[in-house]
Amino acid sequence: MATGTQATGLLGWIDERFPLIETWKAHMSEYYAPKNFNAWYYFGVLAMLVLVIQIVSGIFLTMHYKPDAQLAFASVEYIMRDVPGGWFIRYLHSTGASAFFIVVYFHMFRGLMYGSYKGKRELVWLIGMVIYLALMAEAFMGYLLPWGQMSFWGAQVIINLFNTIPVIGNDLSLWIRGDFVISDPTLNRLFAFHVAAVPLILVALVFVHIVALHKVGSNNPDGIEIKALKNEKGIPLDGVPFHPYYTVHDIPAIAAFFFVFFGIIFFMPEVGGYFLEHANFEPANPLKTPEHIAPVWYFTPFYTILRSVTLSPFAGTVAMFGAIIMLFLLPWIDRNPIKSWRYRNTAHMFNIAIFAVVFIVLGYLGVKPVTDELKELGVRMTEIYFLFFAVLYAHSNSSKPGRYLIWFIVLAGIVFLIDFYRYNPEAVESAKQIKWQWIWPIGYLSVTLLLPFIVRPCNAEKPVPERVTS
Amino acid sequence: MSSKGLSNSIRKWVFVLIVPVLLLVILGSIGGSDHKLNLQSAHVNLDDKESLQRGAKYFVNYCMGCHSLKFNRYNRVAKDIGLTADNGFSDDDVVNLLRENLIFTRDEEGKPVKVGSLMENAYPPKAAKMAFGASVPDLSLVGRSRGPDWIYTYLKGFYLDDSRPMGVNNTVFKDVGMPHVLGNLQGWQVKEEAHGKDGEHGAPVLKLAKPGKLNAAEYDRVVHDLTNFLTYASEPAQLSRKTIGIFVLLFVILFFLVALALEKEYWKDIH
Amino acid sequence: MSDSDSNTGVDKKRRRMLIGATAVVGAAGTAAFATPLLMSWMPSARALNAGAPVDVNISKVEPGQQLTVIWQGKPVWIVKRTEQMLKDLPANVPLLKDPDSAVDTQQPAYAKNEIRSRKPEILVLIGICTHLGCSPTYRPELAPADLGPEWKGGWYCPCHGSRFDLAGRVFKNVPAPTNLVVPPYYFKTDNLLLVGEDGGAA
Repeated sequence: MATGTQATGLLGWIDERFPLIETWKAHMSEYYAPKNFNAWYYFGVLAMLVLVIQIVSGIFLTMHYKPDAQLAFASVEYIMRDVPGGWFIRYLHSTGASAFFIVVYFHMFRGLMYGSYKGKRELVWLIGMVIYLALMAEAFMGYLLPWGQMSFWGAQVIINLFNTIPVIGNDLSLWIRGDFVISDPTLNRLFAFHVAAVPLILVALVFVHIVALHKVGSNNPDGIEIKALKNEKGIPLDGVPFHPYYTVHDIPAIAAFFFVFFGIIFFMPEVGGYFLEHANFEPANPLKTPEHIAPVWYFTPFYTILRSVTLSPFAGTVAMFGAIIMLFLLPWIDRNPIKSWRYRNTAHMFNIAIFAVVFIVLGYLGVKPVTDELKELGVRMTEIYFLFFAVLYAHSNSSKPGRYLIWFIVLAGIVFLIDFYRYNPEAVESAKQIKWQWIWPIGYLSVTLLLPFIVRPCNAEKPVPERVTS
Repeated sequence: MSSKGLSNSIRKWVFVLIVPVLLLVILGSIGGSDHKLNLQSAHVNLDDKESLQRGAKYFVNYCMGCHSLKFNRYNRVAKDIGLTADNGFSDDDVVNLLRENLIFTRDEEGKPVKVGSLMENAYPPKAAKMAFGASVPDLSLVGRSRGPDWIYTYLKGFYLDDSRPMGVNNTVFKDVGMPHVLGNLQGWQVKEEAHGKDGEHGAPVLKLAKPGKLNAAEYDRVVHDLTNFLTYASEPAQLSRKTIGIFVLLFVILFFLVALALEKEYWKDIH
Repeated sequence: MSDSDSNTGVDKKRRRMLIGATAVVGAAGTAAFATPLLMSWMPSARALNAGAPVDVNISKVEPGQQLTVIWQGKPVWIVKRTEQMLKDLPANVPLLKDPDSAVDTQQPAYAKNEIRSRKPEILVLIGICTHLGCSPTYRPELAPADLGPEWKGGWYCPCHGSRFDLAGRVFKNVPAPTNLVVPPYYFKTDNLLLVGEDGGAA
C-alpha cells in the first residue's frame, strides 16, 4: 500500500491532518523486529488480546450486574441463567481473568530468561511491572463483585492487610471499607474502580509500554541488539518488518490460545475450583468463614509469602509487597551485560529455572491448608525467593568466582541465623521440620554459588554471536 | 555453530526438564495427608431426562416444603428436563403438567404463580431458624458449592443419633439441623464405628436398623435422581454448553489451519 | 505489500487468496463471538415472565366502566361498552382517519371490524397513544364542554390532544397517526380474559 510519499483520497485527507501513515510505518510496517522470536514471544500479543476480551465482556456484564450487596449475588446468577447468552459472557470474563495472569506470568518469565529488561529497556520493564500491579488490583476488586463467600472473605483478608500498618492501619482500612466490615459501600467503591478507574489506567499503561518498547526495539532469545548491524538502507540485518511478518505470525498463536481458552469456557469453566472457587457459589455471609479459604490461584505465591513471615503481621505484609518490589528492581540487580541465559553460565540457568519452580511451589502451597510441614516448606521457598535476587546480583560478574564462595557463606549464614531465631525445641513438630527442610535453601545456594565455584565449566560464559541464531 | 549449538540445545533440554523434575522432588517430599471426606460417586448423567424428571418431582415433593430453588424457573426446568414439543408435549401439556406436578406455590394474591416464575417458596427464614436452629439454605447452587458427590453421600448418610434435636446426624455434615426427610423411604440407619485394617481412618459404616418403604437399590435410585436434578439446577447452561463447545473448537481449528498456511507463505521470505 | 523484500518466487495470487481466506474465517469468528454479546440485550427470562400473558376476570366490570391491567409493563384497558356507546360509534365515521382499521399492525385479524373487538361489548386496547407514547384519559361522557358537542365518548391524550373514539379509532386533525393498538387476547370463559395470547386459531 501507499508506497508513494503522498497518499490521495480519503487516506490522504486524513494523513494531512493526522500522522496515520507515519504511525503505521513507525509501529507496524517499518518497525523491525528480530527475526528469531520463539514461542515465548507470543505472550505479549496474547496479553493484549485478553485485555480486549476482558474489556468487551466486562462492558456487557456491567449491563446486567447490580453493584448492591443485597442484589449482587442474585444478579450474577441472573446473568448465568436468565440473560440470553449471559453464561458465556460471564465465563469469558472469569476465564479471561485467569488467562490474563497465565499469559502475563509467561511474558514476565520470558523477560527474565532473555534479559529483556536490559539495554535501555528498564522503563519497559518498570511500566510492565506497574501494569502487573494494576492487574492484581483489578483482579482483586473484580473478585469481590459476585459477592460470594470467597469474594467476601478474600476481600476481608486483603483489606485487613492495611490494618497491619503501624499507627494508621485501623483507620486506613476503615476508610477503605467505608464501614466496620466489608459491606455495600465497599462493594460500590470497588465496583467503580474495577469498571472505570483501573481499566483506564491499564489501557493507558499498555499504550505507554508499547511506545517505550518501540523506542528501544525488541529484545530476542539471543539477547542481541539487532540495530547494531544494519544494511545500506538502515534496516537491521536481523530484523523483519513487524507487518506483515509478525502479524501473520501471531494469528495462528491467537487461534491456538483460543483453542485452550474456549476449551476451558465450554468444557471446564471452574477448572476444578481454581478459576471459579466452589465456596463462591454460596452468597457472602459475614457470620461464617468458609472451612477452607484460599485466594484465587494467581495470588497464592504472594499469599504464601505473607503466611510464612510470622515475625509480626506487618512484617508479613512487608515481605509480601517486598516480593513484588524486588521484581521492580530486577534491571538494577542483574548487572551482567549478557542478556540471554543462552550465553550466561550454567549456574545462572539453574538460578532462573529454580526460581520458576519456587514460584510454582509457593503458589501451590497457597491453596493448601497450613500444616507444620507445609508451613516450613513455605518458609524455605520464601527464603529462596528472596535469595534468588542476591544470587542474581552475585552472578553479575563471573570473572571472579572466588566471590561466589563469600556470597555462599554470607547467604547460608543468614539462612541459619533465621533458623536459629525460629528454632524452638518445645514445638516438636515444627522443630523437626526446620531440622530437615534447611536442605532446600542450602541446596539452592550450593547449585547456584558453590557449583560454579568448584566446577569451573559451570561458570563459563559464552561469547554472544554477532547475528541471531534461528 | 555445531559444537556451540549442540551444547546450547543440551542446555535447553536441561532447562526444560529441570522444572518438572524439581517440582516433583519438592512436592513429592511432602507427606500427602489431606483429610478428605469419603464421598461416594453420584455418577451424574444429565442426558438421562427421565432421571431428571423424577428428580424434579422428588424435589418439589420432599424438599421444596423448606428449600427453595430460587434461581431456577419452572418453565425453563420443564423445557430442560425434556417436557418439550419434541417429546410430544404441547405448550398446554407443559403448563398442565407443571401445575399438576411441580407448581404448588401461590403468589401474594393467592393465584398459582406463573409458569415462568422462580422456584421460590413461602417458608419464612425466621420460622426455619426457630424450627431447625439454622436458616434453610436455597439449593439452586448446591450442585456447584458442595458438588454432586457430596449431595449423594449426604442424602445416604443420615443415621440415628439421640443427642440431636431431630434425632439424626449425618456422616458428611456433622450435627446437621435438617431432619431425615427421606427416612420413610430409606429406613433408619445406625452408625457403627469402623475398626478396619487401617484403624481410625476407616470410613464409618452405616447399618440399616429399621427398613423403609424402599429397598437399598430403589433408594439409591431416588437419591441419584435427586442429585442429578440438583446438579442440573446448579447450572442449566451446562446442558448445551459442551455441544456448542465442540463446534467452537472445530471452528478454531479451521481458523488455525488457514492462518498457519498464511504464516508459512509469508515466512518463506525470511531466511 | 512487500514488493521491496524479495522479487523472487513470491506467489502474490496465493498470498491474496490466503489473506482473503483468513479474513473471511476471522470475520465469521468475530461475528459468531459478537452474537451472544448482542443477544444479551434481548428480553431475559425475567422480562419474559413479567411480560407473560395475564388473566383478567371481567365479571365485576360495570357497563361503561374501564378496567386497567398491566401486560408487558404497558397499561391495557378493558371497557365494557353499553348498548348506547355501540350505537353511537357509526356516527364518528366521517370524522375518523382510519374508520375501517385498514392499518393491519394496529390489531389482530379478529379485531379488524367496525367495533374492533371479538365480542361487541368488550373492548381491549393497549393504553398508549400512537403519537408519542403517553397514556390517554378515558372520557366516556357525552359532549363535555372541553371536548365539544360532537364528542360521543372516547379517549383524549393530555400530551398533544389526540382523540380516539370508543373503538380506539383516531380522529382526523390530531397528531396521532393511527388507531390505538388492540393486543392479542381471547376469552377462556365468558368472564375470564387472557391478554397476550390469541388462543390458538384466533
